[in-house]
Amino acid sequence: MIFVVMVLVFLMLVGAIAACVFTDLVSAVIAAALVSLIASILFYFLQAPDVAMAEAAIGAALTTAIFIVAIRRTSRYEQ
Amino acid sequence: MRKIISILLLSIVALGIYLSLTKIPFGVPKSKVGKHYIDEGIKETGAVNIVTSVVLSYRGFDTLGEVTVLFIAATGLAVVLKIGRRKATAVEPASFVLATGCRVLFPLILVFGSYIFIHGHLTPGGGFQGGAIIASAFLLIYLGCRERRINEKAYKSLESLGGLFFVVVGLIGLAVGGYFLLNFLPKGQPYCLLSAGIIPVIYIAIGFKVGSELAGIIDNLIEES
Amino acid sequence: MSFLNSYIYYIGAFGLILIGLYIILVKHNLIKVIVGLGILDTGVNLFLISVGYIAKGTAPIFSRPGTDSEHMVDPVPQALVLTAIVIGVAVLALALSLAIRLYQHYGTLNLRKIREQKW
Repeated sequence: MIFVVMVLVFLMLVGAIAACVFTDLVSAVIAAALVSLIASILFYFLQAPDVAMAEAAIGAALTTAIFIVAIRRTSRYEQ
Repeated sequence: MRKIISILLLSIVALGIYLSLTKIPFGVPKSKVGKHYIDEGIKETGAVNIVTSVVLSYRGFDTLGEVTVLFIAATGLAVVLKIGRRKATAVEPASFVLATGCRVLFPLILVFGSYIFIHGHLTPGGGFQGGAIIASAFLLIYLGCRERRINEKAYKSLESLGGLFFVVVGLIGLAVGGYFLLNFLPKGQPYCLLSAGIIPVIYIAIGFKVGSELAGIIDNLIEES
Repeated sequence: MSFLNSYIYYIGAFGLILIGLYIILVKHNLIKVIVGLGILDTGVNLFLISVGYIAKGTAPIFSRPGTDSEHMVDPVPQALVLTAIVIGVAVLALALSLAIRLYQHYGTLNLRKIREQKW
């Protein structure tokens, strides 16, 4: 059980480092959505179902959509 | 040069956080207020979901502050983006599979979102989660049926009515009893849909408000005309 | 090993806060900085919920009549984090609208070049 949590935390940190390193901004935003999704799973393991539902609906779906619409109106690659 | 200074600063911050984190034990009960809310929650508020009763009844004033912050952010975004409007470019219509799929899914997602904020006091959920799900249903409409334009005034009026309803219910509580957001409706039986006083009523208003607010934010960002 | 066992959630939240701070301090592109702000927000929320966890506890909801309330997790941090997640998305939306206006005015989103231009 604790092994599953360790693998998930490791994946979350790898995703956050990937959001820092990518130069294509759409890829960076999708890595941030991965961080949000794994945080939602960790909220469920910490016995907080309300917060897990809020983080999945708001952090993973709506934040990514708002970022991609904003990237479309500005430039796509980091200069 | 900038990277070296920032790594130095971050290592100082990391040392500070590490020294204080080892003093916080993990998995040990830390406060007595939570215990009181769990023991007396159903008797005092009537809601079975303790997190809902904390958000709307014990700490209801903080929820009013949050609703105000959301309103300010949505209005600020609309004002900033209206200055730089340009002409609309022609949009190509979506493919047939995408358009039909979005049209079929839209009422189903609306019903699911409404179920979540109406049963906020019985199951995990509530106004904010249900409102976010409704906003993602409107996002599907913007992806699938691109030539349809939803009136902006509808978003703004629905959002303002939701916020106004919350404040009016609080003021009625002030007029009837002693304090703002008093629970003046009868508490009823626990585990029933019509129970817990004003909590489902306020959550329905918050669900409408947050849903139309987030959909209005996406509408302001997409539209270029 | 037992240190890792009990503090794994703290290490995850702590790592996210540090990576978010690093992105805000070092990167030049404004949209990358806003992504870093979002990651910092997620890290702080994860830390708050993991402070309120009680060992062998269950979710604070009475799902059936007769659920025992002996080992329930603290409900107060969950209510606060619910508020914080929604305010986080509102701040991100407002920051992105300001970034779009900056791009329309200066033509670039590189913070070094904007600082050199000075109108």
